[in-house]
Amino acid sequence: MKLLTHNMLTSHVKGVTKATEVKVTDVDFNSEFVSRMIPKIEWSVLVEAADTLGHLNDLPRDLPPDYESSEDFLRKVHHVLLEVEVLEGNLKCPESGREFPITKGVPNMLLNEDEV
Amino acid sequence: MSFSCRRPEHKAPPEVYYNEEEARKYTQNSRMIEIQSQMSERAVELLSLPENQSCFLLDIGCGSGLSGDYLSEEGHYWVGLDISTAMLDVALEREVEGDLVLADMGHGVPFRAGTFDGCISISALQWLCNADKKSHSPPKRLYRFFSTLYSSLARGSRAVFQIYPENSDQLELITSQAMKAGFTGGMVVDYPNSAKAKKFFLCLFVGVSGALPKGLGSESVEKGVAHQAMFTGERTRFKNLKGKSLKKSKDWILEKKERRRRQGREVRADTKYTGRQRKARF
Repeated sequence: MKLLTHNMLTSHVKGVTKATEVKVTDVDFNSEFVSRMIPKIEWSVLVEAADTLGHLNDLPRDLPPDYESSEDFLRKVHHVLLEVEVLEGNLKCPESGREFPITKGVPNMLLNEDEV
Repeated sequence: MSFSCRRPEHKAPPEVYYNEEEARKYTQNSRMIEIQSQMSERAVELLSLPENQSCFLLDIGCGSGLSGDYLSEEGHYWVGLDISTAMLDVALEREVEGDLVLADMGHGVPFRAGTFDGCISISALQWLCNADKKSHSPPKRLYRFFSTLYSSLARGSRAVFQIYPENSDQLELITSQAMKAGFTGGMVVDYPNSAKAKKFFLCLFVGVSGALPKGLGSESVEKGVAHQAMFTGERTRFKNLKGKSLKKSKDWILEKKERRRRQGREVRADTKYTGRQRKARF
């Protein structure tokens, strides 16, 4: 699972915990797409998730105001968002504490009928 | 359309029906692959995304990622949802570029508001019309799906669903739940006059809506619903010819010769004497 997808999941799953296997794949860089995605992203969550995976890639804690013009910065964000993939691990809902397992890079978001 | 066992929804729930054997078909059966890619192509066309822009799309019921392949080809990034692990395994095997999530669409789309620039779904929505468990209520599941999807799409974006509706009631159930969730739009039917090529696309708009696109091959239907009767000075002597030429006329002979030529038969060449009236003295 890419961190872009992780970041876009609804609030009940924000934290990645216990990522045991992380893969890095090459994805073509598209500066326009990345700069369009940045306003949609919850920055602090992304930084935190990247940090726990050990792929922080020197991302600043606060989003710089002129990020669109800095290709170097966009490349870093691109790497974290689209190239870092969690293969095995768990997603934990910070509110309910419910855990969602990630196996082979696919998070299992199935709910039991009583949780719907 | 009557109740028949040919519909996969009647056989088993999707997570059971799409087992390894069924999933393998989606990588080996070239006809299935072709149909799937054609439908995804048409669905993306109906999405009418801004040109030369990479979009972030959602693929509901992505299965083995055949539709996603087309999205990647077009330069878009996508996330696929599916309930069948066997199908997702095939997608992993094929190394699709999008991100996959195992989820039940009846539980809602688990993404934040305004995430996606569009959504496509190929032959998946009709599964929601079945109650596979005691606790399932199709209208509720459809409503939950549509309302969460509505919020996860960006304003001004579209969602296109290719569906195989079982009957008109089902179609009405789906559209009414979609409208209840706030979508606008409606059905686009491609090739409405063909039994086999006929395809239903549910086009839904979020926020600002454009005009509903026209179905392919439906021109002849629209001609029939003109607002006024057309005036014609033509005399109608041969009403029931249905576009055929008058028998024994020159046109009729030429048409017949052409038809036989197409059949590969031996036909004399057309000359200035072909179909010419003989003189009265003959």
